[in-house]
Amino acid sequence: MPVWFHRLGSPKGFYGMTTPWLPWLAVASLLLLMAGTVWGLGFAPADAKQGNSFRIIYIHVPSAFLALAGYYVMAVAGAIGLIWRMKLSFMVMKAAAPLGAALTLISLVSGALWGKPTWGTYWVWDARITSMLVLFFLYLGVIALHYAYTNGEAAGKAAAVLALVGTANIPIIYKSVDWWYTLHQPATIRLTEAPSMHPSMFQPLVVMIAGFYCLYALVLILNTRAEILHRERGSQWVAELARGGRA
Amino acid sequence: MPASDTVPALATGRAFRALLVRDLTLAFRHRGEMANPLIFFIMVATLIPLGVTPESRQLAVLAPGIIWVMALLASLLSAESLFLADYRDGTLEQLVLSPQPLWLMVLAKITVHWLVTGLPLTLLSPLLGIMLSLPAAGFGSLLASLALGTAALSMIGAIGAALTVAISRGGLLLSLIVMPLYMPVLIFGASAVQLAVDGVSPVGNLAVLGALLAFSCLLSPFATAGALRVSLHG
Amino acid sequence: MPEPLLRASPILECCDIAFERDFVPVFSGLSFALRRGEMLQVSGANGSGKTTLLRLLATSLTPSAGRILWQGQDLDRCRTAYRSELTYLGHQAGIKAELTPRENLRWLLPFHPNASGNAERALAAVGLAGLEDSPCATLSAGQQRRVALARLYLSTAALWILDEPFTAIDRDGVSRLEQLMHAHASRGGVVVLTTHQPLGLDGVRLLEMEPYACV
Repeated sequence: MPVWFHRLGSPKGFYGMTTPWLPWLAVASLLLLMAGTVWGLGFAPADAKQGNSFRIIYIHVPSAFLALAGYYVMAVAGAIGLIWRMKLSFMVMKAAAPLGAALTLISLVSGALWGKPTWGTYWVWDARITSMLVLFFLYLGVIALHYAYTNGEAAGKAAAVLALVGTANIPIIYKSVDWWYTLHQPATIRLTEAPSMHPSMFQPLVVMIAGFYCLYALVLILNTRAEILHRERGSQWVAELARGGRA
Repeated sequence: MPASDTVPALATGRAFRALLVRDLTLAFRHRGEMANPLIFFIMVATLIPLGVTPESRQLAVLAPGIIWVMALLASLLSAESLFLADYRDGTLEQLVLSPQPLWLMVLAKITVHWLVTGLPLTLLSPLLGIMLSLPAAGFGSLLASLALGTAALSMIGAIGAALTVAISRGGLLLSLIVMPLYMPVLIFGASAVQLAVDGVSPVGNLAVLGALLAFSCLLSPFATAGALRVSLHG
Repeated sequence: MPEPLLRASPILECCDIAFERDFVPVFSGLSFALRRGEMLQVSGANGSGKTTLLRLLATSLTPSAGRILWQGQDLDRCRTAYRSELTYLGHQAGIKAELTPRENLRWLLPFHPNASGNAERALAAVGLAGLEDSPCATLSAGQQRRVALARLYLSTAALWILDEPFTAIDRDGVSRLEQLMHAHASRGGVVVLTTHQPLGLDGVRLLEMEPYACV
């Protein structure tokens, strides 16, 4: 095992290693998000059918993307923790859960805001939104399990098992909801599908997605670092840090 | 030195059967508790006419979904009892320590659980069909979908039961965890009945339900066994 | 290998094991070796990790460091064989209150692949003759524990791990159990136990948890 892997695997090593990354990630996310927002909201052409309201996709689509990707990040972190018994992996998983839940919520709310001008109602039970809602519940289950266990070590393992079971079920759930929707809606209009994209609409979307990824990485690392400090609060190096030393 | 580290098949089979018989015996000694989910099932079916509408035609439209949702809730309520008693009196730890493969022992417990809750629920469902004006065409599909579906729900519920067994008042948390996983079963089960009512063959849906059952039979015993070890560890 | 030499090599060995609960160390650096025919009493203050050690030996828990060896082999490699050779009696009786003692033994025994013998004689040996068919819920706490102890008469497992086995047992039962443990050890078995009561047996090794406990 290379040295950097070992260093990465220890909470203290992770903390030290990621400290220089933070300013870069912060700057990158800020720039990308600002560029994408201004471009998408201001400069991209208005959609022929939906007018300006479609612009919400610049928030809705990236957040939906990352909400789903985030679940897999959480599950993979849990799996690594279970298989290789890495404390740090469980901490990353614990940090990823509320982050993913927040992103799912953002995608649901932005979807609702899209719905009002487009179809006249805030909530529609279509396939995409319903799947997002179920994903939200899956996240809530993992978070609730973390809080229910008093033993933090067992909490991590239990949540990892649940996250893995959820991962196996996500394709099934998505397919089921998809199928359920077509059963009740004979015309296969996918209401939350982004309008057919002209490159000038598509490019700011890519920028926004990249910006969201950077922001996700930044917040995940920050949350994990907070979790590390909390868990290791009894140790020497944290005390040293609190006194103003460097990690 | 043994070549492989396993228990002889004969001994494992005997243990499986012993556990099966034991759990069935225990269930019958608690006959009253066995009836609770069934009574719940019938009672909540009364809530819909009281709360929504007693009108036959409207009930008929809603009936497939309502019966299925009620069966799901009854299943959810009974999931907690799968491991709780064993955890409390120490027999769960004995099971986990035994040389027999834990996933197989878990399978025995889930089988009994279904025989004692899911199966009676299925057999009782025509009664609800009558009470909620389910059209005649739907009854066959109702029985078939519930037979397959409640078995899948028992399998899935076991994972939640194992994860929450060591938590005090873990019943609500169990519901939270397990509900998203229940949803595909609900979708295909309810629509199987709906299709039958509409005159379309529900065989495709029932096949999917069968596949979901098979998938959960494959995944659940192992996930449940792992979850039990985590719960006992904490 | 000649018989005397076989008996001389340790059957159960703990090498430098440590245990953490929720990332807080409970004990570390624990080592001992037991040969066939030996009895080990684990003692220490409450919270020093006695029950934890017994659960570790019973494979209910896994150590955070170190190895446990059974007949020279690492536990990870022979877990099932090890579990076939062990009987664990924990704090709880481990029996179902709704079943009778006879029924309890009937479901417990198939889980010990080598168990054999007469359930009635075992129940009589623990002083429950005549109560074989009363539901355990109607028995006293001490009687329920004795149902669990009856397993010891029937199992041929080499390793007995007993956590406070004398709880709620009267003096008569205590001496009977001590005799049983002695007989088991002379047959080549191994006993690991914790108890607050003074043992009326000779030749019991003592393991103090104090030196290994982490504050």
